Amino acid sequence: MRRRILPGFGLSLGYALAYLGLIVLLPLAALAWKASGIGIGGMLHLLSSPRTLAALRLSFAGAMLAAVINAGFGLLVAWVLVRYRFPGRRLFDALVDLPFALPTAVAGIALTALYAPNGWLGRWLTSWGIQIAYAPPGVILAMVFVGFPFVVRTLQPVLASLDRDVEEAAESLGASHLQTFFRVILPVLVPTLLTGFALALARAVGEYGSVIFIAGNIPMRSEIAPLLIVEKLEEFDYAGAAALGMVMLLASFILLILISRLQRWSGRWAEQLQ
Amino acid sequence: MSRLKRQPPWSRQIGRVLLALVAISFLVLFLLLPLAVVFVEALRQGLHVYLSSIGQHEALAAIRLTLLVAAISVPLNVVFGVAAAWLMARFEFRGKALLGAFIDLPFSVSPVISGLVYVLLFGAQGWFGSWLGAHDIKIIFAVPGLVLATIFITLPFVARELIPLMQSQGSDEEEAARVLGAGGWQMFFRVTLPNIRWALLYGVLLCNARAMGEFGAVSVVSGHIRGLTTTMPLEVEMRYNEYDYVGAFAIATLLALLALLTLAIKTLLEWRYSDEIAAHAPGGH
Amino acid sequence: MPPVAIETAMTLQLSHLSRRFTGIPALDDVSLAIAPGEFLALLGSSGSGKTTLLRILAGLDYPDAGTVQLDGRDFLAAEARERKVGLVFQHYALFRHLTVAENVAFGLRVRARKSRPSNADINRRVEQLLKRVQLDGYGRRYPAQLSGGQRQRVALARALAVEPSLLLLDEPFGALDAQVRVALRRWLRELHEELRLTTVFVTHDQEEALELADRIAVMNHGHIEQVGTPEVIYQQPATPFVCEFIGKMNKLAVTCADGRMSVGDWVLEGLPGNDRHAKVVAYVRPEHLSLGLPETRPGWTARLRHVYLAGSVAHLELHIPAIGQTLEADVGGEDVARLGLQVGTELRVAPRSAVVFALGESDARLPFEERWFWQAPDAVPPVPRATSVASIGEGRARAGRCS
Repeated sequence: MRRRILPGFGLSLGYALAYLGLIVLLPLAALAWKASGIGIGGMLHLLSSPRTLAALRLSFAGAMLAAVINAGFGLLVAWVLVRYRFPGRRLFDALVDLPFALPTAVAGIALTALYAPNGWLGRWLTSWGIQIAYAPPGVILAMVFVGFPFVVRTLQPVLASLDRDVEEAAESLGASHLQTFFRVILPVLVPTLLTGFALALARAVGEYGSVIFIAGNIPMRSEIAPLLIVEKLEEFDYAGAAALGMVMLLASFILLILISRLQRWSGRWAEQLQ
Repeated sequence: MSRLKRQPPWSRQIGRVLLALVAISFLVLFLLLPLAVVFVEALRQGLHVYLSSIGQHEALAAIRLTLLVAAISVPLNVVFGVAAAWLMARFEFRGKALLGAFIDLPFSVSPVISGLVYVLLFGAQGWFGSWLGAHDIKIIFAVPGLVLATIFITLPFVARELIPLMQSQGSDEEEAARVLGAGGWQMFFRVTLPNIRWALLYGVLLCNARAMGEFGAVSVVSGHIRGLTTTMPLEVEMRYNEYDYVGAFAIATLLALLALLTLAIKTLLEWRYSDEIAAHAPGGH
Repeated sequence: MPPVAIETAMTLQLSHLSRRFTGIPALDDVSLAIAPGEFLALLGSSGSGKTTLLRILAGLDYPDAGTVQLDGRDFLAAEARERKVGLVFQHYALFRHLTVAENVAFGLRVRARKSRPSNADINRRVEQLLKRVQLDGYGRRYPAQLSGGQRQRVALARALAVEPSLLLLDEPFGALDAQVRVALRRWLRELHEELRLTTVFVTHDQEEALELADRIAVMNHGHIEQVGTPEVIYQQPATPFVCEFIGKMNKLAVTCADGRMSVGDWVLEGLPGNDRHAKVVAYVRPEHLSLGLPETRPGWTARLRHVYLAGSVAHLELHIPAIGQTLEADVGGEDVARLGLQVGTELRVAPRSAVVFALGESDARLPFEERWFWQAPDAVPPVPRATSVASIGEGRARAGRCS
């Protein structure tokens, strides 16, 4: 092997591999092994249970919807924070990271206190016939909360580095502001927006702490897949918990791979546009 | 030219103000309000009740346990993060991309699964369960399990912060140190470490915030034994489920204060040392 | 591999060095001897392998094949930190968290305790070095507070502090403004004359290499095209590449027929026009074009298209319809008026001297088959020039095969 110039390759490689092996790979191998223990029949039985299906649907479809909402609001907030100057802008900018920093259990009880039928906002919403807490909208609300910073933080540096000359050129050619936005700015942002979307989605799919308080956890209605895993564990159904965990893991990997494909494709597209 | 700069037309001015208002109301409604509700609910029955519910034996035990878990898992992940960043930013080797993917893996695993995997390894029915039982070693439903689950969840933070910075700094200074006769550790402590210190602090800050606030993963391995295996977030949950709302929110204020402190130091670091932290890789925080 | 003969004590002998990066050769069988005390330039464009060669000498890279020997000992066996080499990086690589003085002291402070000088000695050494690089009083500043030229000198002082036996400089003036660059160049030359330290520097700037170095190694695509003093490199370029890379050259396609070589009406007297050469080219420096020839001399009729007066020198653009080419000629600034040169003037021109290559076609590694230095047979009254170039021949064509 070629001599390495900087020292510490063997030491750091050995340490990193041992650490990753013990902390990440060995436990995940245990998951795969335990999940395979129930066999194909067991897997089909698990997946054909309406309760499991409903929980998986809520986790994935809810996370999708939450990520879409985050993409929209995230773009809006990132745009305002980067382009506009107003008092308190830096404070709001710092506040964007709150969902990263605030423990999920705290976020969960706080959101519940706000949106429960007798809560600060829930009281008004209930009088208009809108139920958020203890129903699917509550699940999605919590998912939006935990995923919110991802889109803003991925978009901000890209928005800041956008060449304003291009916008001015578009406007000098007679494009309206909306046309400029949709034809000049948005196409360049799409790959980044997808990155933020994917991160928000991955976070929301597996989210547990902030969701379980506000969800009410009604089977078939507002029960998420991670909670079902916990319930199976509490019933000492280790194989079932492992199998459901494996399904979630695989499904989110497939989803992330699809998004990265989409992203690469849109990246090429954005490059061609420039 | 700047004197002649055209004022945007009124319609556009109004559009901008509206857009800013929508964004700000979203931030207030969505981020500030939940923060406010934590403190208001905690103090609902007065300062006295608040203080006494924090001073309870179980609360103090939860605080101690949370600090203990963070004190073990954060340093371990710091050492790992530095080693992994050194590897990823300074060497080319086969399987490097795969290693990078494994470092990031815990970010895309549900916290519940992060706890579950350790139950499958060390739980009573797990791979090592019977051996551990025979030797009377408890990992699951005990402190080692909480530490392991926390390490898993917070594993990428430091490495993620350091890798892009070290890549952008390049290895010139370290090579210069070698040519000037520095040994491996001399180079590390005199050149590498000083150059990454602020980014390292930044990574430690985020790692610590997550370690102290983690809920899902530790909830699975904890067993919820009051005073023994409940960290602060778990204590919040238990009190909440027991309808002790003021007590739950009281502990929650401590965690919210930790979050605010983290944000404050983080923002300070970003203002003061932005170029020494690197364009912080988005995501995963 | 045959044993390498050591010519002089402490000569650094590089033999057959090769290095590939993911299949692309950065160095291709490079051999070079570096004499003690000499100031050697590695000159080439980016990707020519010059920096790779420098990094191998510093111990920051290793060749795939070949040896480097110092005084007969294997130089490559030593690690970077054991070689006692001073290296100045292109972007200086100063330790940004250390003061100027701490930067300079670094190499002394990291020594093992028994060979480490006392703190007082280190401080004294640092002060001396900072004085030497004209930065006394700057010891407490940080690199970010210095200008580019000052940083460069700190990097030099830091490299000199370990008393290296070999000083390596990677594009030492590359990141500096043009004015600072020239001043630092002179200063570095003086420093070298004072210290007599074997110095190798990498540059892409031929002016820098020609002005500074004792010898220049011209590199191209991983191999050395020519090694020699600046005079030799400029006046006797060994290969077509060196011709085209160093200075300005007019390139002419030569016709070989009837036993003679010619370009239009200009005949290269004394050179055998051999039709076994597939392709012959002549290179003529702009200052080697004679203007205003008498009708009796073989030459071309040219039309003056442009005069670019650049202070002491005037660059003329001459169009020669007979060969369909525009040539460049340099004359002294005051000669423009003396010779009555105006745009549109017709005049007769011919080269006074040329370098001629017979290009081979078969072997890509041999860029040419034969080389001649041609000189006009009788002295045409030379146009007086601000800078005269020593003549090579003695009035008669001096043809030689190249080695």
